[in-house]
Amino acid sequence: MKHVSKWALDTAVSRGASYADVRVIAQRNRALTTKNGKVGSASDAESVGMNVRVIADGAWGFAASAELGRGAVEATAARAVEIAQASARVKREDVQLAQEKPAVAEWSTPYKIDPFTTSVEQNIDLLLKIDAELRSVAGVTLAETNLNFSREEQWFASSEAAEIHQAKLSTGVGYAAYAFAGSEIQKRSYPNSFGGQWQNKGYELIEELNLVENARRIAEEAVALHKADQCPEGTFDIILDSSQLGLQIHESVGHPIELDRVLGMEANFAGTSFLTLDKLRTLRYGSDLVNVVADARQEHGPGLGTFGYDDEGVHAQCVPIITNGLFTGYLSSRDTAHTIGESRSGGTVRAESWNRLPMIRMTNISVLPGERPLSLEQLIASTDHGILMQTNRSWSIDDKRYNFQFGCEIGWEIKGGKRVRMVKNPSYSGITTEFWNALDAICSRDEWTLWGTPNCGKGQPQQVMGTGHGAAPARFRGIKVGSAFKGN
Amino acid sequence: MLTHEQAGKIFDRIRKLSSADEVEVLFSGGEFSLTRFANNTIHQNVAEENHVVSVRTAFGQRTARATTNKVDDESLRLVVKNSESLARVQHPDPDLLTMPDARSAGGADEASALTQTRFFERTAAITPELRAEGVKKIVDIADRHELTAAGVFSSGEYFEGVFNSHGLTRWHTQTSAEVSVTMLAADSSGWQKANSPDITNVHPERLAETAAQKAVDSAHSKEVPAGKYTVILEPAAVLDIVGFMFWDYSGMAILDQRSFLTGRIGTRLFGENITIMDDVAHPLQSGSPFDGEGVFRKRVGLVENGVVKRVVYARATAARMKRSEHKDSAGRIEATGHGFALPNEMGEMPMNIVFAPSDEPQTLERMIASTERGILVTRLWYIREVEPFEKMLTGMTRDGTFLVENGRVHGGVRNFRFNESLIHMLSNVEAMSGPVRSCGEESFDMVVPAVKVNDFNFTEVTKF
Repeated sequence: MKHVSKWALDTAVSRGASYADVRVIAQRNRALTTKNGKVGSASDAESVGMNVRVIADGAWGFAASAELGRGAVEATAARAVEIAQASARVKREDVQLAQEKPAVAEWSTPYKIDPFTTSVEQNIDLLLKIDAELRSVAGVTLAETNLNFSREEQWFASSEAAEIHQAKLSTGVGYAAYAFAGSEIQKRSYPNSFGGQWQNKGYELIEELNLVENARRIAEEAVALHKADQCPEGTFDIILDSSQLGLQIHESVGHPIELDRVLGMEANFAGTSFLTLDKLRTLRYGSDLVNVVADARQEHGPGLGTFGYDDEGVHAQCVPIITNGLFTGYLSSRDTAHTIGESRSGGTVRAESWNRLPMIRMTNISVLPGERPLSLEQLIASTDHGILMQTNRSWSIDDKRYNFQFGCEIGWEIKGGKRVRMVKNPSYSGITTEFWNALDAICSRDEWTLWGTPNCGKGQPQQVMGTGHGAAPARFRGIKVGSAFKGN
Repeated sequence: MLTHEQAGKIFDRIRKLSSADEVEVLFSGGEFSLTRFANNTIHQNVAEENHVVSVRTAFGQRTARATTNKVDDESLRLVVKNSESLARVQHPDPDLLTMPDARSAGGADEASALTQTRFFERTAAITPELRAEGVKKIVDIADRHELTAAGVFSSGEYFEGVFNSHGLTRWHTQTSAEVSVTMLAADSSGWQKANSPDITNVHPERLAETAAQKAVDSAHSKEVPAGKYTVILEPAAVLDIVGFMFWDYSGMAILDQRSFLTGRIGTRLFGENITIMDDVAHPLQSGSPFDGEGVFRKRVGLVENGVVKRVVYARATAARMKRSEHKDSAGRIEATGHGFALPNEMGEMPMNIVFAPSDEPQTLERMIASTERGILVTRLWYIREVEPFEKMLTGMTRDGTFLVENGRVHGGVRNFRFNESLIHMLSNVEAMSGPVRSCGEESFDMVVPAVKVNDFNFTEVTKF
C-alpha cells in the first residue's frame, strides 16, 4: 500500500497541504445470530478504501474513496485539499498540531485462535446449543444469540514520514432470554446485554466465557423476574456489578473527558461536557477510592480500546484520568493537546472505517480495582441494607453528562449482609460527581473484568467505535433508586 | 455514482459466477459530504464516495449474505464464494420463501407510487464552497447575537437497487441536504434542524435565527420542580420520542412476543385524535419505495382514531403469521413491502411515518396561548426504553426548554428528565398542529405535528 500513500501524500502536498496523512483500511466482519432455534442472520462483509486528511490554509479537510487506483487516489487527495481550503473561509485560528515523532512500526492484536479460521458450522452449532438451553426453560418466549468477528488492517502514512501498519482483531458474543407473560416482558442477558462481551482477542474469548454453562441460569432468572417484587423506590446503598459499572464509567466518565466535546466540537450532536478546563486538577470527581485511567496499551488487557498506535500515528499510552478522586486528565488529540498545556497528544484518535474522519474516542477507560482484597460476596456481607443491581437494561444521560438514569435487568435486595429477595426493574439515578463521590468500596483484582462496548456513537456523520471498560463491583452510598417508576 | 445500467452489468457478472439456486444482489452507496462547525469555525469537513454490493445466495431453504465494495473480477468471485460457502452450511429455514419476481413483488400501485422525483441536481451539485458560504451566514447570525454556533451542513446523492435471478430489478436515486444548528450562549442554547431531498426546502439562515432566538430567550434559566406538566412538544421532540415504538409495529415482533402491541391489535390504545400511517409516497416523505427484497411498500394505516389496526409484514413474516396461533389477533395479514434485507431476525418495520392531520389543528402559538401552566420543549435527547410493554421511555429535554404561564412563554427553565409511557402520552394529546416534515437525532425522519400533552411526567431536573 505504500504506493497508494505516496500518490495521496504527493498530491496533497503539491496542492498546498501543510500536513497530510493517509489511511488505507481493509475490514472484514462475520456476523451470525440465532433466534428461537433458527439462524437469524448470517453475513460476511468486507470493505476496503482509503482516506486523506489534510491541513491547508490552516484548516482541516478530509476525503475518502473506495477506489485505490492512482487516478482515484490522487483525485481524493486533491478533493481533501479543496475541502480544507473551503474550511479556511470560516475559521478563527489555524489548526495547531502537537509534535509527534514519526513512527515506522508494525503492530498486531495478539491472539491464540484466529476466529476466521473457525468454521461457520462450529459457530452456528455453538449458538444453537446455547439457544436450546435457553428455550428448555418453560416461560422463555424469545431466545437470541449473536457471534461477531472483525478484522481491520490499516496502513498509515503521513507527510511527516510516519509509516505504521496495524492489524486489529476483535471477537464478540452474547445471548438473551426474554420471558413475556401477562403485561410484562422480562429479559436476562449473558455475559452482558446489548451484544454481550467483546474484546480484542481471538476465538479464545468464546472458550473463556462458559456460555452454555450459564444459559439455563439466565433463562430461569428471566422467568423468575415475573414473580419478583418491584424494586423499592427511595434512597439506598447500591452495589453495581462489574458490567453495569463498566457502562456507568463509559457514560459518566469516558464521554465527559473527551477534550473535543469539552471544547464544544460535539455541541450540535452528542453535546458538551461539564468538565470545563478550569476543573482539571481542581475538581473532586470521586471519592479517594476512585482511580480511573485511559489505557490503550496491551498491558492493560485485550480491550476494544487497545492498539499499538492511534489513527494519527501516536503511540498507545496510559493517561491518568481520576487519581484518588481528583480529576487529572482528558482524552486528547494532536490538534487539542495544546489547549490543556500538553506538548503531546494522549493518543486517542480513531475512526470507525476508511470512510470516517478519525476523532477523539475512548480507549480503555477503566476504574482500577481496589487494593484491599475484597470479593463481591464480602462486599455484600458488609452491606447492611442495599440493592445489588446486575446487567444494564437502559441508560440515559443529559448532554453535559450530569444527570443520568440507568436501569438494570435484575436486582437483589440485601439486608443484614445477605441477599434476601430478587427484585425486578431496578433503576437508579443521580448527578455524575455526586455519584462517584459516594463510592465507598470497590472489589479487588479477582473481580475485575475488562468489558467491551462495541457501539459507542459519536461524530457527524455518526460513527461507532469499540471501547473498553475495566471494572470491579463497587458500592455507592445513599443513591436515588426507582425514580424511573415514580408517578407512573 | 453507480448507475442502474452499471449495476445491471455487475449483477449479470455475479449471476454467471454463482451456482446457487437463486441469487439476489443489493446495491447501495453514493457520494456524501458534510461540513461541520463549532465555536463559529469550520472544524471538520469531509467527503466520501462508496458503493456496496451485497450478495445473497440461496440453495433451497439455506441462504446467507456476503458483502463487498469492490467490483473487480476477483472481488466479485470472492463475494459470491463467501456467500455460497456461508449459505451451504446454514440449517434449512422452513420459513424462507423463494425470491419474488417482479409480478409477485407488486407493482407500485396508485397509493404507493412516487409521483415526484427525489433526486434534485441542484442538491447534488452543492460544493464545499457553497456549504462554507452557508455556514458563514449561520456564523454571522451567531456573531450578531453574540452566540457560538455549532452544527452541520451536509449534502449527498444516493442510490439503492435490488436485482434477483427471477428477473426482478428495482432502482432508486435520491439527493439529500441537511442543516442542523445549535446556538450557545453562556448558560443557554437553542437548536433547529431540517433536511430535504431538495436544497430549496432547507433554509440555513431561518434555522439559525430561530435557534439563536431560543438561546437568547432561554438565558438565565430558572429551576422549576419536577412533576407532571402540560407539555408542548415541538415536532422534532415528538418524532424522537414516538420513534421508539415503531420497531414494535412488526409482524415478527408479534410472533416473537416482544412487541407492546401483542394482544392489543384492534384495541383503542391511544386517544381518538391519533391516526398514524406508513406512507412512502407522501410528498413530505423520502426514501426508496421498495424493501429489502424489492417488494413495493404499500401505504398501511397503523393506527386509526387511536385504535391500533395493523402492523407491517415482510413476505415470509406474513406467510408465517397466517399459520401461527397469533393470526386471529394480528390484524390484516399481508406482505406490505417493509422487510429488511434477508437473512435477518427482526423481520420488518415501518420507516415512512405520517401522522394524519387533526380535525382542528392548532398552531404552536395557539397551543401556548391556551396553556395556563406548562413547559414548551424544543427537543428530547438520549431517549431509552425503561419498560417495554407500557413503552415507558426516559430521556432529557435539551436546547430550548421554556416555562409557559397564562398563555405566554416566560423564559427558560433547567432541563428535565422524563419517564413517560408512550401509551399514556398518546392518550393525553389535547391538541396538535398540522403535521410537518421533521428530523431529529434519535429516530428517522417523519411527518409529525407539534403536540400539547397533559400530565407529562418529568421526574428530575438537571443542573442547567
